[in-house]
Amino acid sequence: MLNDFINQVGPSTVGGLASGAIYALIALGYTMVYGVLRLINFAHSEIFMIGSFAALFVINLMGITGPLSGIALVGTMLLLLLASMAASGGAAVVLERVAYRPLRRRGASRLAALISAIGASIFLQELFALVIIPEVFDRPSQGRNQVPVPRLFDRETVFSIGNTDIRNDHLFIIVAAVAMMILLDVFVNRTKIGRGIRATSQDPETAVLMGVNIDSIIRTTFFVGGAMAGVAALLYAMEFENLRFNVGFLLGVKAFTAAVLGGIGNLRGALLGGLMLGLIENWGSIFFGSEWKDVIAFTVLVLVLLFRPTGILGESLQRARA
Amino acid sequence: MNANSNVRSGNPLTALRRTVGGYTDGVRDWWATAPGWARWTVYALLIALAIVAPSDAIGSFMSPHSHWASLLFSPIGTYVLLAVGLNVVVGQAGLLDLGFVAFYAIGAYTMAIFGTKYGWTFWPVLVVGIFMTAVSGIILGSPTLRLRGDYLAIVTLGFGEIVRITAQNTEYIGGSRGITNIPHPEPIFGVEFFLDPLPYYYLLLAAIILVVVFAKRLERSRVGRAWEAIREDEDAAELMGVPTFKFKLLAFFIGAMIGGLTGVIWASKVIAIQPPNFPFILSATILAAVVLGGSGNLPGVMIGAFLIAWLPERFRGFADYRILIFGAALVLMMALRPEGLLPPRRRRAVASAGGTKPETSAASGDEAGGDRPAEEVAK
Repeated sequence: MLNDFINQVGPSTVGGLASGAIYALIALGYTMVYGVLRLINFAHSEIFMIGSFAALFVINLMGITGPLSGIALVGTMLLLLLASMAASGGAAVVLERVAYRPLRRRGASRLAALISAIGASIFLQELFALVIIPEVFDRPSQGRNQVPVPRLFDRETVFSIGNTDIRNDHLFIIVAAVAMMILLDVFVNRTKIGRGIRATSQDPETAVLMGVNIDSIIRTTFFVGGAMAGVAALLYAMEFENLRFNVGFLLGVKAFTAAVLGGIGNLRGALLGGLMLGLIENWGSIFFGSEWKDVIAFTVLVLVLLFRPTGILGESLQRARA
Repeated sequence: MNANSNVRSGNPLTALRRTVGGYTDGVRDWWATAPGWARWTVYALLIALAIVAPSDAIGSFMSPHSHWASLLFSPIGTYVLLAVGLNVVVGQAGLLDLGFVAFYAIGAYTMAIFGTKYGWTFWPVLVVGIFMTAVSGIILGSPTLRLRGDYLAIVTLGFGEIVRITAQNTEYIGGSRGITNIPHPEPIFGVEFFLDPLPYYYLLLAAIILVVVFAKRLERSRVGRAWEAIREDEDAAELMGVPTFKFKLLAFFIGAMIGGLTGVIWASKVIAIQPPNFPFILSATILAAVVLGGSGNLPGVMIGAFLIAWLPERFRGFADYRILIFGAALVLMMALRPEGLLPPRRRRAVASAGGTKPETSAASGDEAGGDRPAEEVAK
């Protein structure tokens, strides 16, 4: 058992960091929306799903069927990134307008907002399963099956640490995710809009009095959180090469777990929580088998919350809060 | 940002909302002052209606596409009982539980395991199943109920998934194949339980009536008042001397028992159960039923569960699109009437206390709701 662990710990660390980076990017959307509205955006998993299909749509549009390289690859990646970020961000803004704002105006309970989000989530999943996947992706009567994504670039080992090979796709995911995190951190902490977001999350009423346009801040928050999910969606489609109408559900639950683990409302907590969750899942699978992965993730969540009821980094209401 | 909400009353949605709200609230004002005999008559009529409900005359309208008596048992009856159970946790104690299906699953698996592996009959398993789910409610509750709000929500969601995946990965209980050949209940009072759904429906109906009476008595007791205090303001309740943790655990315990009871009865009819019978979406659907009907108000919750179970079956003609419509309908309903079809009277009074008079008409109650400042959304 211990030997197994020593042999596998390297590869599963890399795999764990890669999936953890994807969790972290999705977790940002949950944590930002929670920060300003104190609301679990349950349909965020479908925002992710929309982004992944937008990436696939552009891939099909460009007629890509096999691995690319060189300048074509860089250009394609940037284009795909733009497409999935725009699709996810746009969908998040529409979601806010349709499912949340009417309730917010009427002072509805959070429970009502949660049900509205679950309704939107069901609607979007079914819309893809029944209409968009069969029609747009030309898979009649297979809307509930997996949709394959062509490979974008050849996977090769970039370098090795000990007996662990670091592959270019894993490296790309981790670097891309961390770069996005840093960008977002700068955006929230250094720009004027970022200041508005922080003000709204600390005290919406005072923020209004100070001249912050809350509706616009909330819209921006949804857009930015959605765009981060869009980045995650592209990375996911690239790495796992299979999409489904309900691809977002488990990832969404995991990402929310990551957000809670790190301390919800806390941007850096989302990164830490995501990476930790990815690592713990993959290390745990060595001992218990990969079919217990999800059980391990949720058990860790319960254990952490028992000892740190507001997550590892805490909600940190005053400072790093987004 | 809320200042313009009153200006929007020309909106057709707002008008529709007020009309619907006006009727239901009118009926309830009458009900609140109705004399005892009138109430008992209504109860008797409702039970009589439930007893004749499986008849073909009603079924031909209610369910042209599938067998009505089977529908009445599942999903309608099971959803109603589950919703009554979840209402104790969510509606009365105000604890957001996103993993209620776990208790249903534990009840069903208890029936399946004891029935097939140990040859127990239905009635003793019913007792054991309720006991098992009550214990699992305490196991889940005692570490997690110190958490609040959304943390509790995600932990209960995780618990629901843990139960389902564990069932899927454990070969002893059939893994992903599940358990088959679950025994039917033994005959009682000369009634045979076999393939005909009718006896199961009446069994479930009896369970629903017992549980509703129990839940109603509980709501009116010291326990119910403690739950209400916790729901409205946990810190204030604690300061007033309510042992909040104990009462929250009690809510979980009772909710779990009702979920387990449903699971045992359901498993004894369907013969075979599999882990995919207990997905997260079922928890979400039951929660939607509770909120749609009016969280905290038993008749509302039961009507909500009935509608959510029945409407998709009634419109099976729309084939696959019914789930899509269901999703859209949830969003629309919450925008129209976020407090549910029949919210508890007392909470409506609290909501309209922001207006001029405590007992005003429905319309002004709604306006008071719209005028509340933004951060009350968070409560």
